[in-house]
Amino acid sequence: MTDDTLTGGAKAAADGEFQPRITAFVCNWCTYTGADLAGTSRLHMASNVRIIRLPCTGRIDPLFVIKAFERGADGVIVSGCHPADCHYTSGNYHARRRFTVFHDFMAFLGVDPRRVTFSWVSASEGAKWREVVDEAVANVRACGPFDEYRALAPDVAGTIAGASAAAALEEVS
Amino acid sequence: MNELREIAGKLLADGDVRVIIGWEHARRGARPVFITQPDEADKLIFDRRCVHNLATYLNPRRDQVSELGKIGLVIKGCDAKAVAGLLREAQMDRTDVVLIGVKCGGVLEENELPEALALTPDNVAPRCYGCDNREPTLVDFLVGESQPEPPRPIMTIDERVAALEGQPLEERWAFWTEQFSKCVRCYACRQVCPLCVCERCVVDKTQPQWIEASSHPRGNFSWNVTRAIHLAGRCVDCGECERFCPVGIPLTLVNRKLQHIVGERFGYKVSDDPESPAPIGDYRLDDQQEFIK
Repeated sequence: MTDDTLTGGAKAAADGEFQPRITAFVCNWCTYTGADLAGTSRLHMASNVRIIRLPCTGRIDPLFVIKAFERGADGVIVSGCHPADCHYTSGNYHARRRFTVFHDFMAFLGVDPRRVTFSWVSASEGAKWREVVDEAVANVRACGPFDEYRALAPDVAGTIAGASAAAALEEVS
Repeated sequence: MNELREIAGKLLADGDVRVIIGWEHARRGARPVFITQPDEADKLIFDRRCVHNLATYLNPRRDQVSELGKIGLVIKGCDAKAVAGLLREAQMDRTDVVLIGVKCGGVLEENELPEALALTPDNVAPRCYGCDNREPTLVDFLVGESQPEPPRPIMTIDERVAALEGQPLEERWAFWTEQFSKCVRCYACRQVCPLCVCERCVVDKTQPQWIEASSHPRGNFSWNVTRAIHLAGRCVDCGECERFCPVGIPLTLVNRKLQHIVGERFGYKVSDDPESPAPIGDYRLDDQQEFIK
């Protein structure tokens, strides 16, 4: 297999390019189904995105995004039903307000807005999901690894669990 | 001052309220006081040292206060906004409290002073500059004389926010992570806030643990972002969180930025009108969404 036959993430990996880890929080009714359609349609897209399915964008707390960064994500996608399409009538409108605040506020704190992608992807928009994913991956790749956030982590060796883990590692090696 | 004492004394004597919460003069300056006897109403004062937002005593977390019986509360304009916030969110009934509003010309940044100094750009609480509610409307009584506008502080909060916004992303990140790193997680900001009303705060939950409880930069960042976001569109800019912060995190800048966001995005301005819906929890079909693909 030559590089020409590889697409998206596989090609990038072969090039030794930075592979961002991206967490996607999507709603069950539209974007998850849309992403499913992208898969069953065998659309090629970057393979850097891990999807977490939730009942509705209204269930997505900004704290989820923070938690994803804490757990090592370089970028996050938040996606759900288009306005007026919410399965629960207004969940996405509430989410839109909340994420408007979050979007502007994180930029104020110095988080590159390209790291968090917001989108509306309906159940029939498998192709749009691919676009969203590829664009998000390109954006986060341009930002580079989110090392600034990782640098906030507590000193692992300084904790009791960290110390015993380090001791265990030494025994093995 | 006499007007305030007369009204408070009469409310207690008539049995309309069981306790008046206001300010008194103490050795180290003005401090909150609970008055239950009509003849003690003469203790009440209001001057430029009365910085405390007493509406925090109405917070439903403080049921030891509501247990005292019906409350008479002395409030400034910013405090009235906090009462309106509690009413808006159905955390209390308007009939639970008698509100005695005072006309305010701004307060000092420092309350522990032997006398109420005249306000100058050096000593005025910066949040008072540009206040739109110096004569609260959410009141049962409004006392005192109209006051002049407070002076402009050396650097206004808006100017400080704008200065930060003018810096590149990396500088802002460095600034805020350093500020939040100072946090010792005492949660004084939460305890003093009149609008942090949750019976159980998300930061205290351990299963699952959403916010790391120990004091290190990552958990501190998560906590401070969460505290700020939970107050978006609710914060009344009383400045108590920053005043209580033992390590001096400039929370006022965070809060002011969020006020700008809800103002620019949703056309919302916090007021002491309890009928106006809060921006989070409400929505419009045509809300801005230029950042959503």
